[in-house]
Amino acid sequence: MSAIHCHQLCKTFKQGDEIITGLDHVDLTIETGEFVCLSGPSGSGKTTLLNAIGGLDTPDSGEIHMGDIRIDQLERGALADMRLRHIGFVFQAYNLIPVLSAQENVEFVMQVQGVSAQERARKAREILQEVGLEGMEDRRPAQLSGGQQQRVAVARAIVSHPDLVLADEPTANLDSVASAHLMGLFASLNEHHRITFVISTHDKRVMGYARRLIGMRDGKIISDETQ
Amino acid sequence: MAVFRLNFNTLLTLSWRNLWRNYRRTGIMLGAIAIGVWAMIFMTALMRGMVDDMLNQGIRNLPGHIQIQHPDFLDDPNVVNSIAEPSGELLLVLKQSGTKRWATRIKVAAVIASERETRGINLLGIEPDAEADISGLPALISEGRFLETNQDKGIVIGAKLAERLETRLGKRVVVMSQDPDNNLSERGFRIVGIYRAKMPGLEEFNVYTARDTLQQLLHIEGRVSQIILVDEDYREIEPLYEKISQATPPGLDTRTWYQIDSYLAAMFNMMDGFVLVWVVIIFLALSFGLVNTLVMAIFERIREIGLIQALGMRPALIVYQILLESLLLLLIGLAIGNSLAVATVKPLESGLDISIVAEGMAMMGVSSMLYPNLTLYDMVLANSVVIILGILTSILPAWRAASLDPVRALNTN
Ligand SMILES: Nc1ncnc2c1ncn2[C@@H]1O[C@H](COP(=O)(O)OP(=O)(O)OP(=O)(O)O)[C@@H](O)[C@H]1O
Ligand SMILES: [Mg+2]
Repeated sequence: MSAIHCHQLCKTFKQGDEIITGLDHVDLTIETGEFVCLSGPSGSGKTTLLNAIGGLDTPDSGEIHMGDIRIDQLERGALADMRLRHIGFVFQAYNLIPVLSAQENVEFVMQVQGVSAQERARKAREILQEVGLEGMEDRRPAQLSGGQQQRVAVARAIVSHPDLVLADEPTANLDSVASAHLMGLFASLNEHHRITFVISTHDKRVMGYARRLIGMRDGKIISDETQ
Repeated sequence: MAVFRLNFNTLLTLSWRNLWRNYRRTGIMLGAIAIGVWAMIFMTALMRGMVDDMLNQGIRNLPGHIQIQHPDFLDDPNVVNSIAEPSGELLLVLKQSGTKRWATRIKVAAVIASERETRGINLLGIEPDAEADISGLPALISEGRFLETNQDKGIVIGAKLAERLETRLGKRVVVMSQDPDNNLSERGFRIVGIYRAKMPGLEEFNVYTARDTLQQLLHIEGRVSQIILVDEDYREIEPLYEKISQATPPGLDTRTWYQIDSYLAAMFNMMDGFVLVWVVIIFLALSFGLVNTLVMAIFERIREIGLIQALGMRPALIVYQILLESLLLLLIGLAIGNSLAVATVKPLESGLDISIVAEGMAMMGVSSMLYPNLTLYDMVLANSVVIILGILTSILPAWRAASLDPVRALNTN
């Protein structure tokens, strides 16, 4: 699994009679091991782009390649497997399964992957410690603050070292210390495990970590700078 | 399926916890399933008990589970169509067959006369000590005594007949019939006992004497009309029937109760169908609640379903998860329902007095005591129907949940 290549991606949404542009002829190539930030005003298409890359949403037209695979043409089951094996997701909101504890949420993906119980538990505890949630393993999402929930989601996204992490505003609910810690963690995983990161954000400090900064507006890429 | 096994624990955890998320709804549904299953099993046990009683009654009136007789006897119950008392191989097999009880009897048309009245009757010459098992008559004696030996000189008549003849216990009656040579034979008897039958119709016609006494009267020493066999259970007489029909000398006719009485046979055969229909009807009522519960449970967690799909759970696994949730619900409901059914039927097995409602049903051969009959077969049937149809009805909601669009599901409020 390697480079992501998007070619002429278009996506529109219908809302009543109105047709809303989500993505407008987006061309984008992201190499393996890149650390990319998507920025842009609200409604500019960041989430829509992440969803398309992650195989959650199929574009109206255009192509998405991940390595040799054209993921916009995969069937649902195969897409699910691809997400399970290769991609870690942090969603903008509603990230956790409410009936599972923090640790169980982190273990969930590994469990579906078929990782043994012992290894799952060990990895989950390690990563929860890493994101600063030691001692909160057994709490249910409802017993955690928004920021803590977000960190559980991050832990789940990175715990099995996927090829690609797609994070939609991962620091939105975090204070500056916590977000700095999280970005440090992302940067180190990127550096040592060559995990590709694509992060959407409004946060200038987060953008500071990016080695490539993509600006969006009205579903188009309006700037693409490598720092 | 391999994927399913791999993820079984995950699915089980999710299903179990989701089930208890909404205590109230789950509780109500469990109650509904439990009551439904209870109704299935309890009512079936009552129905079985009632039909069992009707069949037993019917078989007692035939009487017997198996009858051996002259091939023409059933069509023409004439004294000419008699058979020899069992001997040789048949006697040996009868003694060793493990049948609960067997006896011979004579049955002829006769006329009975008191000082005032004369009536046509069905005259039976019986072996008194077998009669408790065969027709249950000894228990029905309301006045006087039952016949005591095969040579008893007394006669037992029904209360209704006594009324018609304007006679009573201890009085003498004259009985007239034909011997095989068409000679009129007659004899006086003293009424030693009066019985009351559950089916009042019989009281007027069946009159009982001892077998040997009747043989003498009809000049047919050593001959009888029928050999009657009663086994432990009228449902399982095939093996006995096999053995007996093989040992019966050629020229005799061996029949089971269901061959003799097609009405009883039909009642017996239709019972299983009735039970199935009843169980399915209750299930249909339950299925609305079940589907509603599942749909509500899914509706409440659309975002979560979107999330687990997004994380890479295959749609098939989501279907399994919801089916598993439904199965858990059904299993708990069944456990409660079955316990409830057993707990309520068991104490009633010693008999339920339904005399208040039974009077009108006496004609159909229903007695005033109802003995519910809880069978393993019916319990297995009810449980299987609930589980199999329950899972089938859950497939549609589960499949719809699995085909939700993950992005849209995630963005639902
Ligand atoms: N399911 C949907 N139905 C209708 N319109 C949608 C839907 N999803 C996105 N849109 C629209 O598509 C456009 C792009 O939305 P998107 O969520 O990608 O923006 P964004 O850059 O992530 O914004 P934000 O920073 O607020 O998260 C917006 O105008 C949005 O209203
Ligand atoms: Mg967004």
